Amino acid sequence: MDPPPPSPSPAIPREAWEGCSVLLDINDGDRLAFFRLTPAAYLLTVKIGNKTCSLQPLVGRPFGSLFRVGADGLVPCTAADASSLRDDSTRDGDDGQVQDETRDNRSLVDNNTAQNLSSDDIEAMKRDGATGDEIVEALIANSSTFGKKTVFSQEKYKLKKQKKYAPKVLLRRPTARSICETYFKKSPARTGFMRVDTLSLLLSMANIGPYSDALVVDMVGGLVVGAVAERLGGTGYVCSTYLGKKPSSIDIIRMYNLSGDMASRIAQAPLNDLCSLQNSGNTPSVLNGSSQGEVTKPIAVSTEDTQLSLAQQGDTVVSDEKQQLSAEQPVDMEVSEPPLEEEHPVQDETSSLDNKGNDDGSIASRSLKAGKTPSPEKMKYWKEHGFSSLIVAAPGNEVESLVADLLPLLSDSAPFAIYHQYLQPLATCMHSLQVSKMAIGLQISEPWLREYQVLPSRTHPHMQMNAFGGYILSGIKIHNTDAVVANK
Amino acid sequence: MMVPLDPAGKLSSQRRIAEGDTVVVYERHDAMRAVAVRAGGVLQNRFGVFRHDDWVGRPFGSKVHSSAGGGGGGGKKGGGKAGGFVHLLAPTPELWTLVLSHRTQILYIADISLVVAYLELVPGCVVLESGTGSGSLTTSLARAVAPHGRVHTFDFHEQRATSAREDFERNGLSSLITVNVRDIQGEGFPEEHRGAADAVFLDLPQPWLAIPSVSLMLKQDGVLCSFSPCIEQVQRACDAMRSCFTDIRTFEILLRTYEVRDGSLNSGTANEEAVVGPRPQKRKKFTPSGENSGCTEKTSSVLVRPCSTAKGHTGYLTFARLRV
Repeated sequence: MDPPPPSPSPAIPREAWEGCSVLLDINDGDRLAFFRLTPAAYLLTVKIGNKTCSLQPLVGRPFGSLFRVGADGLVPCTAADASSLRDDSTRDGDDGQVQDETRDNRSLVDNNTAQNLSSDDIEAMKRDGATGDEIVEALIANSSTFGKKTVFSQEKYKLKKQKKYAPKVLLRRPTARSICETYFKKSPARTGFMRVDTLSLLLSMANIGPYSDALVVDMVGGLVVGAVAERLGGTGYVCSTYLGKKPSSIDIIRMYNLSGDMASRIAQAPLNDLCSLQNSGNTPSVLNGSSQGEVTKPIAVSTEDTQLSLAQQGDTVVSDEKQQLSAEQPVDMEVSEPPLEEEHPVQDETSSLDNKGNDDGSIASRSLKAGKTPSPEKMKYWKEHGFSSLIVAAPGNEVESLVADLLPLLSDSAPFAIYHQYLQPLATCMHSLQVSKMAIGLQISEPWLREYQVLPSRTHPHMQMNAFGGYILSGIKIHNTDAVVANK
Repeated sequence: MMVPLDPAGKLSSQRRIAEGDTVVVYERHDAMRAVAVRAGGVLQNRFGVFRHDDWVGRPFGSKVHSSAGGGGGGGKKGGGKAGGFVHLLAPTPELWTLVLSHRTQILYIADISLVVAYLELVPGCVVLESGTGSGSLTTSLARAVAPHGRVHTFDFHEQRATSAREDFERNGLSSLITVNVRDIQGEGFPEEHRGAADAVFLDLPQPWLAIPSVSLMLKQDGVLCSFSPCIEQVQRACDAMRSCFTDIRTFEILLRTYEVRDGSLNSGTANEEAVVGPRPQKRKKFTPSGENSGCTEKTSSVLVRPCSTAKGHTGYLTFARLRV
C-alpha cells in the first residue's frame, strides 16, 4: 500500500532541539521531570535546591550531557567536573586488586558532633562564591571522623554531600525505556504498574515490527501506544481502540518525540466500530459522519478533558499534565507540558509539515496529529486483512470477554499479548481460549527482574527490589474450524 | 516473511502459504519446527504424514490434517477427529528462537526483549553484535532495526558464521544482517564502523577485552550491552567500562510461567465428602453454561499455579551508555 519511508536522517536524534520533549534526571534518579523545550524555553524553569534555573541552556545540547548549577543557572559540566565524580569508584590498588580494607566502624559514634562547619559557615561560603565542589571538600576536611571511615564509606559520604551542595542534572532522551522506568518509579498507578521488562516482553511477544498493523487496548496512559509507534518507525499502523464512547487518555505518547510520520500512524477507534465492521460487513454510516469532523482532532484539547478521563480510569495519582512549570509536585515527578492551544498560536501548517517528514522544526504540533479517527478505507483494510498483532493493557478491566471480542479482529497466526495485574482473570481467559480453540501456544508468564550493584568488593543485588511487574498472557490466534463457539 | 521488508511481506488474512515459504509447524506447545515448503515435500511426525502440497494456498494459522494415519496419533484416515493434525504458523523471531538449531547456547525471549528495549533500538539503527552464536538474538535485532537499519554481527568460528548466514538468507534477512568472521576480543570491531553504531551487544567469554573498541564504535550516548553467565566476568567488564561509560546497570531477568487447569478441590467440611465445582473434564469438551452436571451456580473452577520447573539463570545483562 504505502511505499516504505525514504532512508531517514539518523534514526536517533542525539541533541535536544527546540520543541522536543526531554527527561531531566536530577541527582542520579532522585528526581525525574519531563519538560518540553518550547520556543519560549527561556521561560521554563526547573527548581534545583533553592535555585530556579532556566531550561534554555539545554537546547542544542547532546542527550546524555550533564549540567551543574552555576551562578546564573544551568551550566554544562566540563570534563574536569565530570572526572571528580568518577575518580572515587575507580580507585583501586596498582595491580587492579583492591587493597584490603583495615578500617571498620567500631569506634564511630553517630552523635552529630563530627562536623566542625556549621550551616552558617556554609552559607557564608556560598555568599563568598564557593562552588558546590569546594563546599564538599571543605566539609570533608572539617569532618573529624572522615579519615576513620572505610574507603567505601568515604565514597558514600562524598556522593551524599555532592548531591546536596553540587547537584547534577542529566539531560536524558525520552524513549520507551526511560519513559516507562520514570513512570514506574515515580507515578506507577498512571501506567498500570507496568515495569520496563514487562513492556519489552509485550512488544516482543506481539511481534511488533515494521509494517505491523497493531491493535492495542491502552489504558495505561499511552505508554504502550507510544512504544509501539516507536517500534513501527513510521511504517504500519497502531489502532488504539477503546471501550465505550470516550477514548482513555494516551497523553504519554507526547513524551516520545514521535516524528510526524510516526505520529500519523496512530489512530483511535472505538471497539464497537471495529466489531460492527466485522459483523455487518459494511462501514457503518455513523462512522462516516463522525470521521469528517474528527480527522484532525488532537488527543487532549484541554486539561479539563484530561482530568475527566483520568477520573474515569479511577486513577488516584495527581494529574501531571497540568501546566506547573516549576512547582514541586507531591509525587516526585513533574510533567511540564503547556496546554496544547498555547504551544503554537498558528496551527494551520501541520499538514504540510507532515509531508516533509523531517525532524527539524517543531515536533510539538506533530504530536497533535496522532490519535485521529481512521478513514473508512483504513477500517475496510483492517477488516479484510485483520490486524497482525494485539496488545491489551487494561489492568483494571475484566479480560475474558474483552479478548473474545478482540481476537476475531486479528488475522490467523497473529500473536497477542495481554497484560494484567491479576492472575485469576488471565487464567480464566486462558482456559476459555483453550476450550474455544481460538488460540494456541498459550502461556501465562510473570517476569522477574533483579538489579545488581557491581563495584569492586561490593557486588551484590540491590537492597531494594521491585517484586511485581505484572502478568502476561500470550498466544497465537488461529482459525477455529471444529469447536462450537458460543455467541456473546 | 519473518521480518517484513515491505508492506506485502507482513502477515494478513489475505496472505497464502506459497512454495518457498518457511512455516512453523506447531505440533504441541513444546513441539514445533520450521519447515521450508516445497512441491512434493512431506513432513512425517508422530501425528502422521503431511504433504506440503496440501498446505500451499492455505492461510497461515490453518489447521491441517495428515494424509495418512500416523504411528501414534490415531490410525484413522481423513480429517476425522482421530486423525492427526498440526497448525501451520507464520514465522516470527520469537518462534524462530524456539525452533532454530542450537549450535551454541542461545538467548531466549526474556533476555532478548529486555536487550532490544534497553538498547533503545528503533527502525533505522545500526547495531553491532559479537558473537553471533546461533543467531537467536540477531534475528530479533534485525526486526528492531528494519527496514532500513543494519545488524553487523561477528563470530570467530567460521563454520558457525556460515550456518548463521545461511539461516538468515533462508529467513529473508540478508539485507538486514551482515555476518563476518572476526575475533572481536583480539582485534576489536572493524574501523569502518567507528562512530557509526547506535548500539553494541557483546556475548563473549572476555568482554573486557572488547570494551575499548566498543567505545570507539558507539555514537555519543549510544548503548552497550554485555551478556555474561558468570559474576566474575561481569565485575571485570564493569571495571573496564568505568572510564568511558556511564549509567552502568546490571540485571538478571527470568520468566515464571503458570499452569492452568480446570479442576475441583475436595470440600473441606467435616461431614460430607462433597466435591465442589464440576467434575474434572477433558479440556477439549466445551460445555455451554447450564449443562454442568449437578451444579447450579457458575463458579469458576479454573485453578492456576506456578510451574514447578523454571530456568534458574541464563546470564547477567550489563547495560551502559557512552559518556558524552
